[in-house]
Amino acid sequence: MTQVTPTGPQAPDAADAVAATGKTDGTQAAAAKKTNLREYGIVGALIAIVVLFQLLTGGKLLMPDNVASLFQQNAYVMILAIGMVMVIIAGHIDLSVGSIVAFIGGVLAIAMMNWHLPWIVAVLVGVALGLVIGAWQGFWVAYVGVPAFIVTLAGMLIFRGLAILIVGETIAGLPEGFVGISNAGLLGTLGFAGAADVLTLVIGIAGIAAFVFSQLRTRATMRSHNLKVEPGSMFLTKLVGVSLLLAVFTWILSQSAIGTPYVLILVAVLIFAYGFLMGRTVFGRHVYAIGGNVHAAVLSGVNVKTMNFRIFINMGLLASLAAVVTTSRAGAALAAAGNNYELDAIAACFIGGTAVTGGVGKVSGVIVGALIMGVLNMGLSIIGTNPALQNVIKGLVLLIAVAFDLINKRRAAGA
Amino acid sequence: MSATGEQQIILEMRDITKTFPGVKALSGVTLKVRKGEVHAICGENGAGKSTLMKVLSGVHPHGTYDGDIFFEGHPCHYKSIRDSEHDGIVIIHQELALSPYLSIAENIFLGNEQATRGVINWYKTNAEASKLLTRVGLSELPDTKIVNIGVGKQQLVEIAKALSKDVKLLILDEPTAALNDEDSAHLLGLIRSLRAEGITCIIISHKLNEIAAIADSTTIIRDGMTIETLDMHGAEKITEERIIRGMVGRSLDNRFPDHSPTVGDEVFRLVDWTVYHPQDPSRVVVDKANLTVRRGEIVGIAGLMGAGRTELAMSVFGRSWGTKISGQVFVKGQQVDTSSVTNAIKAGLAYASEDRKRFGLNLIDDIKHNNTSAALGKISSRGVVDQAEEYRIAEEYRRKLNTKTPTVDAVVGKLSGGNQQKVVLSKWMFTDPDVLILDEPTRGIDVGAKYEIYTHINALADAGKGVLVISSELPELIGLCDRIYALSQGRITGEVPRAEATQEHLMHFMTKEKEVAGR
Repeated sequence: MTQVTPTGPQAPDAADAVAATGKTDGTQAAAAKKTNLREYGIVGALIAIVVLFQLLTGGKLLMPDNVASLFQQNAYVMILAIGMVMVIIAGHIDLSVGSIVAFIGGVLAIAMMNWHLPWIVAVLVGVALGLVIGAWQGFWVAYVGVPAFIVTLAGMLIFRGLAILIVGETIAGLPEGFVGISNAGLLGTLGFAGAADVLTLVIGIAGIAAFVFSQLRTRATMRSHNLKVEPGSMFLTKLVGVSLLLAVFTWILSQSAIGTPYVLILVAVLIFAYGFLMGRTVFGRHVYAIGGNVHAAVLSGVNVKTMNFRIFINMGLLASLAAVVTTSRAGAALAAAGNNYELDAIAACFIGGTAVTGGVGKVSGVIVGALIMGVLNMGLSIIGTNPALQNVIKGLVLLIAVAFDLINKRRAAGA
Repeated sequence: MSATGEQQIILEMRDITKTFPGVKALSGVTLKVRKGEVHAICGENGAGKSTLMKVLSGVHPHGTYDGDIFFEGHPCHYKSIRDSEHDGIVIIHQELALSPYLSIAENIFLGNEQATRGVINWYKTNAEASKLLTRVGLSELPDTKIVNIGVGKQQLVEIAKALSKDVKLLILDEPTAALNDEDSAHLLGLIRSLRAEGITCIIISHKLNEIAAIADSTTIIRDGMTIETLDMHGAEKITEERIIRGMVGRSLDNRFPDHSPTVGDEVFRLVDWTVYHPQDPSRVVVDKANLTVRRGEIVGIAGLMGAGRTELAMSVFGRSWGTKISGQVFVKGQQVDTSSVTNAIKAGLAYASEDRKRFGLNLIDDIKHNNTSAALGKISSRGVVDQAEEYRIAEEYRRKLNTKTPTVDAVVGKLSGGNQQKVVLSKWMFTDPDVLILDEPTRGIDVGAKYEIYTHINALADAGKGVLVISSELPELIGLCDRIYALSQGRITGEVPRAEATQEHLMHFMTKEKEVAGR
């Protein structure tokens, strides 16, 4: 499901540079192939890591319940990474999202436990608070001109402090409906086919159909404009490969104790919406334009201040959603919640091919990046790796992924 | 100036061939430089000049190219710039490599610190730097920071740095590209005096008048091959036209396309436009400028560096420069609001910056996205971009302007200067403006591509647009424009129709000093 991302839009990608310089048709095709391979490379890395841990855990990693909880435990990374990639593409950074998650989590719990609001209303309060916090940070970045690094470093301290002030240590006993968001799913809505949840199968099949359809349509559009498309064999391999992966994934998930987790639906909707936003809309184009060359963007009529303001409001919105899934997953608000979440999200962005210098990055890429981090987390936990050692391994993976990317780019540039 | 007789050959590059994956950048290039001469290398962009110099200086190390290099009679196997500098070969690149927040003296001795056992001797550093600065004719204190001096002086610091390394062969890559006439003249004078000291110079330049003025020999490179070496003091008189013929492989009888304008109604008028410096609001940079452009007309703005040309254009275009801006802008007879870039575009203005890499293009994005970036609204509905339409438009402009690229998916940063400029033009043509302000539209573009750009500018005028061209090359303004305004110290000091435009006439207005009022 998570791999079904809108495909048409081509985010500016440094590797495209290779495709661009091809002087003859031959080198151009070769270069295009290289570009595609690099894009698939990260998916390949994800599959390799999954296979590795499947072997290391003796088959436990891909057990239905583990696959379901993989999403439930890592939904926060994906949600935050979607906002973070936009922040980074525009040339900023956000260090405060972990603290914001803790603070909003605390407010959610207080709204439900002390103010006795229905949990749905509490969630709306949390989302509204996220927008306000985003506007607060966006104001300093966009209109005062304080670098985002400083604004969000301050935010990291401010919101962590506020979280400790209002939560103390823990507020537990949250309502069942709220806790269900990150711990339950749509099991049995349409009955069962043997051990398989029918709704999960339906969603999976619909996802595969949507993927194939959108790919075919993009290809047809490209063709009708006499544009070069990837070779038929490669296209077919991609179609079949991704469809198969989705089918296997759907089948496994349909056997889980909860069917399709609610958070998976939430994440999927966000991926579609933000993939579309970044790839197909004027808004998305302006984010890339600011990151690519802010001076040129200003002289092209892009209102950079407004855009930066909106980017941070959006980050606040996504941080509030991350707070909802995190607090729900724990069943309680913790003052220490969301610790290092900003680093997880930033790591997912860079593993997913986002440029440190801004201007380059894709929603689909960072989701794969987040999944790599998630599978590492889960796999290492299942085989009982010491948590300290887990940090070491994740750090190395981040370092190697970015180094690999840089080396590839340098080779592509022919230097 | 005596280049007679057999002079000693200081540098010989024999049969140099350098291949990049898929591209042969140099094939069998030969270069012979005599000791103590100024040797110019000419060629269009992409001809291989810079690659040749990189081979010479060890940026492309020995072993990555074929052919032999002899310096002072010895074969050279440079592995890095350090090796070539050790032999006294110093290259000064077009983009200066100075550290902005260090002082002149620190920059001169960067990597070559005047130190004993790692402790810098500041007295010696500054004293030696002072001596070098005198030699290059720069009267700044050695502890002045680089940010506080202009590009012309920075160039001199680079040369002082080269002299500190006991340079025997000095290579200058486009040394005057960013300099105004005065600084250029000073630099050329300095090169002459270095020649008198016995230092050999290789100068790469697009400015053929300078080459004609200073070079003793000129080697022309085209498509990675040596075409010819001209003796500038020989029997044949070497003119600019002669060099151009060698560079493009044909004679460019006319560097400007023929154009007979069809001038219509007034489309743009600037009234009493006044702009102050943003950092120093007491300094007036544009002083009550009045000008008009009519439909179908190409109007030039001539001015020396610092006259306020770009400042005028950018302040009109969305107040992108300056403070305390006053005056009125009229488009098609209506006063318009140009207080933001969005409003200026809406009012029918377009501005193509003099620095296309910094202000004009998103270099890491592709052609189609750059093409539509100033008018995305035209191809989107409710905020969603119609990508098929975007492709169609980018293709249309690619064909119309003959942009050389395999596809419109190509990343703009990888295109040549001429093709990048075509993308900038496409971008602003797509906004369908009434008035285009083109700031240095052919800077850093080779001769052939310049001709093409001129053709497109003419076509824009013929389509009924008003075109305002800012250029520091007077022959370009005279060849292209129907009417030229001269700007001096922020004031419009003259207006010259094409028929009367000569360089001398324009220069007279461009150097007109402000009268000292009321004293």
